[in-house]
Amino acid sequence: MSQELDDPKAADVHDDGVDRRGFLKCMAWAGTGLVWTMSGGIPVSQAFAKSIGKYGKSSDLTFVQISDSHMGFNKPANTDVIGTLKTAIDQINGLAVQPEFLLHTGDISHLSKPEEFDNVDQILKSANAKEVFYVPGEHDMLDDGNGKAYLERYGKSAKGAGWYSFDKKGVHFIGLVNVVNLKAGGLGSLGEEQLEWMEDDVQHLKHSTPIVVFAHIPLWSVYPEWGWGTEDSAQALGYLKKFGSVTVLNGHIHQIMQKVEGSVTFHTARSTAFPQPEPGKAPSPGPMNVPAEQLKSVLGITDVSFVKRKHSLAVVDSTLA
Amino acid sequence: MIALVLLGGVGRSVDAPEAITPEVKIDNFSFGPATITVAAGTTVTWVNRDDIPHTVVSSDSMFKSKALDTDEKFSYTFSKAGTYSYFCSLHPKMTGQIVVR
Repeated sequence: MSQELDDPKAADVHDDGVDRRGFLKCMAWAGTGLVWTMSGGIPVSQAFAKSIGKYGKSSDLTFVQISDSHMGFNKPANTDVIGTLKTAIDQINGLAVQPEFLLHTGDISHLSKPEEFDNVDQILKSANAKEVFYVPGEHDMLDDGNGKAYLERYGKSAKGAGWYSFDKKGVHFIGLVNVVNLKAGGLGSLGEEQLEWMEDDVQHLKHSTPIVVFAHIPLWSVYPEWGWGTEDSAQALGYLKKFGSVTVLNGHIHQIMQKVEGSVTFHTARSTAFPQPEPGKAPSPGPMNVPAEQLKSVLGITDVSFVKRKHSLAVVDSTLA
Repeated sequence: MIALVLLGGVGRSVDAPEAITPEVKIDNFSFGPATITVAAGTTVTWVNRDDIPHTVVSSDSMFKSKALDTDEKFSYTFSKAGTYSYFCSLHPKMTGQIVVR
C-alpha cells in the first residue's frame, strides 16, 4: 500500500479524524518538498514553503541528513558523484536556516578506498556546518581491515564497530551500526553488544527527551526480500518505548519512505549519488538509470528541525534539482 | 569462437580438464546458477556483472573474496567433496551453493 504524501488527503487524516490505524498501515511515498511534522504522535503533512516559514525560523535545533554519497561510483546511473555531492552541499549552504551540523547515514564511499573518503571529506569542508556525524554503510566496510579504515577516520571515539550517542540542545542522538557481521540469508544486524550498550545509553534519560536514532539500513521492515530491514531492530526500538518522541533516520534504499508508529517516526533519505527502484518494481535493488536531465530530481537532502516548545519535529526532503 | 570450441568439448571429452572452469555469474543481486555441482579439484570462478560490488563469502569462512567491483572475478579451487554454502556479505539475501563430488 502506498500513498503520495503531497496528496491533500494526507493532511485530512488529522483534520477529519479519519481512521488513524488504517492510515498508519500505509507505507507512504513522499513527493518532493514534503514535510512531516510530529505532534503528539499524530503525523501532519504540510506544504514545503509553509513549513520552512513556520518551523525553520523558529526552531530550536536544525540539522541536515545526507546519505549514500557512494564516492567512487562511476556507472551510468551517475558518472559524476563528486558533482552531485557538491550540489548537495551548495544546497545546504543555501538553506534559509543553516543547520548546526550534518548527519551522514552511510555509504560515504563506494569501495572504502582512502581516496574516496578523502574526496568526501574535501567536499564536506565546503559546508558552512563544520560538524558532521557519521554512521557506516556496508560500502564503508570493504577495506582489508573490515571497517578499520572507517573507524580510524570517523569513529575514533565510537564504541564497537562505530556506534555512539551525543546530545544537542536537549535532543539525544544515537548513531547505530547495522552493516557488520551480516549472516547468510539475513538482514541488517545490530548485534548483542550494541543492543546492550544502547539499553544502557537510554536508561537514565527522561521520558520527555526527544530521541533521534540514525543508522544506514532501515530499522524497520521496508522490504525484507531485498534485505531492506534490520533483523534485531525491534529489540532496539523496544528500549525507546518510554520516550514521547522518537525519530529514526536511515539511508541505504536511495529513496524516501516514511512510516509513523505510535511515537516513532521512521524516515529514509534520498541518496546524493543515484536512485534505486521502488520495492519489488525491478528485478533487483541495483542503481536505477534515469535520463541525465532528471537525475537531480531523484537525489536529495533531508532537513530536520526540532521545535522544543511544540514537541514537534519537521522533516523536510528536498531534491537537488 | 574460442569459447564455442571449448564449450563444445566439455561434454564429450574428459581429456580436456582445462576447459572445465565453471563460472557463477553475479547479476541482478543473485548468483547464477545458485547451485552448481562440480568434481573435486575444480576451480570455480565468480564474475560480477552488476553495477554494485558484491562479495563471495563461504558460510564456514573457508573462502572469502574481496569486494568485487563490476566485471571483477574471484576463483576458488574445491579440493574435497562436500556441500559449500556461500553468500554476499554486503547483501546477505544473496546465497549460493557449490556441491563438490
